[in-house]
Amino acid sequence: MATTVAERPTLSQRVGRWEGLPYGLVLPTLAFLALFFAWPMVQAFELAFREEGTWTLEHVRTMRDDLRFEEALGFTLLLIAVIVPLQFLLALGMALLVNAKLRLRGMFLYLFLIPLAISDLAAGIVWSAIFTETGYLNTILTRLGLIDFPYIWLNPLEKHQLLLAVAAAEIWRSTALITIILIAGLQSIPRDYGEAAEVFGAGFFQRVRHVTLPMLKPSLQVALLLRIILAFEVFATVIAITGASTTVLAAEAWRWQEQNQNANVAAAYAALILVLSLVAAALVVRVLRTSKEQLLR
Amino acid sequence: MRRAASAIGLHATAIVLALWVVLPIYFITLAAFSTPDAVYDYPKQLLPRDVSTETMRFFLESEAVYGALGRSVMVAAVTLVLSLGIGTPAGYALARFAFRGADTFRLTIVSTRAFPIVILSIPLAVMFLRWGIDDSVFGLALAHTALALPFAVLVTSSVFAGISVELEEAAMTLGCSRAGAFRRVALPLALPGLAAAAIFVFLISWNEVFAASILTLRNPTLPAQVLAVLEQSPLPFRFAGGFFLLAPSLIVIFVIRRYLFNMWGRVIR
Amino acid sequence: MADVSFQGVRKSFGKIAAVDDVDLDVTDGEFVVLLGPSGCGKTTLLRCLAGLEKVDTGRVVIGGTDATNLPPRRRRISMVFQSYAVFPHMRVFDNIAFGLRMQKERKTEVKNRVQSSAELLHIEDLLDRYPAQLSGGQRQRVAVARAIATKSDVLLMDEPLSNLDALLRLEMRAELKALLRQLGATTIYVTHDQVEALSMGDRIAVMKAGRIVQVDSPLVVYDDPADTYVGGFIGTPPMNFLDATVEGGRVSVSGGTLPLANGAGDLSGRELLLGIRAEAIMVEDEPSENAIRATVLVLEPLGSHNLLTVRSGKDMLKVATPPHLFRPVDSDVWLRLEPERIRWMDRATGDAIAARADPPVAGALVDPP
Repeated sequence: MATTVAERPTLSQRVGRWEGLPYGLVLPTLAFLALFFAWPMVQAFELAFREEGTWTLEHVRTMRDDLRFEEALGFTLLLIAVIVPLQFLLALGMALLVNAKLRLRGMFLYLFLIPLAISDLAAGIVWSAIFTETGYLNTILTRLGLIDFPYIWLNPLEKHQLLLAVAAAEIWRSTALITIILIAGLQSIPRDYGEAAEVFGAGFFQRVRHVTLPMLKPSLQVALLLRIILAFEVFATVIAITGASTTVLAAEAWRWQEQNQNANVAAAYAALILVLSLVAAALVVRVLRTSKEQLLR
Repeated sequence: MRRAASAIGLHATAIVLALWVVLPIYFITLAAFSTPDAVYDYPKQLLPRDVSTETMRFFLESEAVYGALGRSVMVAAVTLVLSLGIGTPAGYALARFAFRGADTFRLTIVSTRAFPIVILSIPLAVMFLRWGIDDSVFGLALAHTALALPFAVLVTSSVFAGISVELEEAAMTLGCSRAGAFRRVALPLALPGLAAAAIFVFLISWNEVFAASILTLRNPTLPAQVLAVLEQSPLPFRFAGGFFLLAPSLIVIFVIRRYLFNMWGRVIR
Repeated sequence: MADVSFQGVRKSFGKIAAVDDVDLDVTDGEFVVLLGPSGCGKTTLLRCLAGLEKVDTGRVVIGGTDATNLPPRRRRISMVFQSYAVFPHMRVFDNIAFGLRMQKERKTEVKNRVQSSAELLHIEDLLDRYPAQLSGGQRQRVAVARAIATKSDVLLMDEPLSNLDALLRLEMRAELKALLRQLGATTIYVTHDQVEALSMGDRIAVMKAGRIVQVDSPLVVYDDPADTYVGGFIGTPPMNFLDATVEGGRVSVSGGTLPLANGAGDLSGRELLLGIRAEAIMVEDEPSENAIRATVLVLEPLGSHNLLTVRSGKDMLKVATPPHLFRPVDSDVWLRLEPERIRWMDRATGDAIAARADPPVAGALVDPP
């Protein structure tokens, strides 16, 4: 069931009245994206790096000198460092589970994929209901007799607790995307390889390490790329759970635009987010490079 | 014996993971359907005891929520129409014709994902102000379409690619023009996949917070509205809001669950 | 019904010429098979006729009308695809009726023609079903019924039997042949299976690398191949070819010498290939000057006959013998070749050489220089 990028049979372009048909079909999309995507991108850079018609780093400096900048940058990077590895492990587990001989597999698949449709704002609110002082986590802990007094999880002074709370919410919400990518990847690995390994004596974890993971590399790469880019956009979850106690880059961009009415600095933040995303993406591509020969197409 | 043990372990793990996903949703539903007083209770009730719609009503009747809800629906609907209206022809072209520049086009579409919504919406806010469509349903829908269009192109492309070319060719040998073959053969067969894509686009728009917040002021969508008043809101409002944002997503995912996997599995390539 | 003519047709994909200067005339009501291995251009040629590919140069003429620039729907053709291409979202009835409805036939007429087409293919009980509920063989019948329902001038078939299992293929071959004879339709049929081609066609056009190498009746293509390619492609097993020379009034091959048949006198001094079919070789136990010596390597008992693989000198030959004839491995036998069945080819080009006083029907025999 391997999906290939190879040639698909196509309709002959030249049969029919208009040879340029495909270009005509594609044009509206190109036009729309040029106007509402490419052009704004250019504008974003102008906003961030120009003032009164000249190129300047003034806005970047304002951004950097702002009190909350360092915290935003640090928290963002820390979040990503904590969330991404954890959720990849989780997603891999879920994917392997669903791929194995599981009864009611369809039901479990549906359940695991529910968070795909949940927005980061909703996820933030849901987990704030859990972590809040009178929330469900404390309730469960009290009923289990593990604590006597409700613990203040979302303590504005305990940044690492806030980090963990946001991480929990984000992992809960966004792992489904990685899971589904990995499941798609797993399904395209022919069973023969695993069975051959088993015949030659490999146990489960060895099979995963030597057969599954290497063949899953392309999917892992795609998932990692996607996830990292999305992770830099983390925004409403943080606000919902921590309010103004802590901040991330996207939240600062939002604040400078909405509350300070300063589109320039907001754009500077946006540009920073873009640069960081691209650097991270380039790193991923480099590290997870799969040579063509290994792909056995 | 070992087989049985590992099977039990397998299922146990699956159940734990499933619970992890489901319990938070259960809790928020519980909270949203309890009385406003119960919302402040501690310790909370872990089982549905006094079910009440008071909290939900409090949320729905509060200022601006009703309007925001309607706007969310409208923005999502317009986004759906635009994304699929513009994207489907492109998807069909990618699937059916090997034209020069097809690969570049596809690459361009895929690479739009590398650009965060953040860097897209801030200049749009400025642009829309200049054009007079800021703070409007239509403006936000345009922004959401820019977000959803690449997705629509890729998904429709793979939907059509999954329909054998020979079916349309057969129709052409039986008397159809190319457009006729599309209309009578390709489109009916593509409809389920297109519908699933449409629903997912609707969801993308419904859930979107950042651009919605920046591009609206007095006419927010539901997420924008909830976000704006989040910090000052009493707990019942928050919880009800959370549930309300969540509920459509749950229903939708259940409805299109069979296509979910196909859809994402293909787009990723 | 109409005749079909390909005139100088050329079609390339990128740098590769899939169809390279093809001329072919098919008369009204004739059944012509395009035969060749994959990549030889037979399907491309068919699709050019259908209008699904546009030719680069040349003309396609259907029923006297130049159809080269017409779209498929205006060409008065029907087609059966290799994958059947039966519309999954329509019932069998609607599938068969599709072409008729496109022609805006009246409802009663549509109903009658669908019914009669279905009956011809023995699927009248399946009209209400959806293709997903049918077996592969049944879907194939739907595809054929759909194609004949419109009574178009030319019927095109692209390997319609190749997705069926062997037994079903055998049955359908006979059924299809009888049906098409009954309808008298002009048919162009593409296949890579030479048995199918021999069985069904009035004429076979053997193709290689985009060109037609020989077009003739099955018997001629079998007995008088135009070159070693055709001889090697047609027939099970393929024709045997031995390096041969004519010296001193006899034929010299690796395993010995043979008497020279009448009319082969002009061949001396040339490097030749001697072509002979497996069933035209007689196995004898006594040496004679009419036979060459060989050693038995493998004996395959195939039920209706035995197939021997023998080595004669440096040549390996396949010999077909009656089913009761057994010879142990490594034993020596003497092979007598039926003189009238010997065919001569030029060793360098592989082309056939006319070496008889009365060459048979048409074909593409090459005269010696």
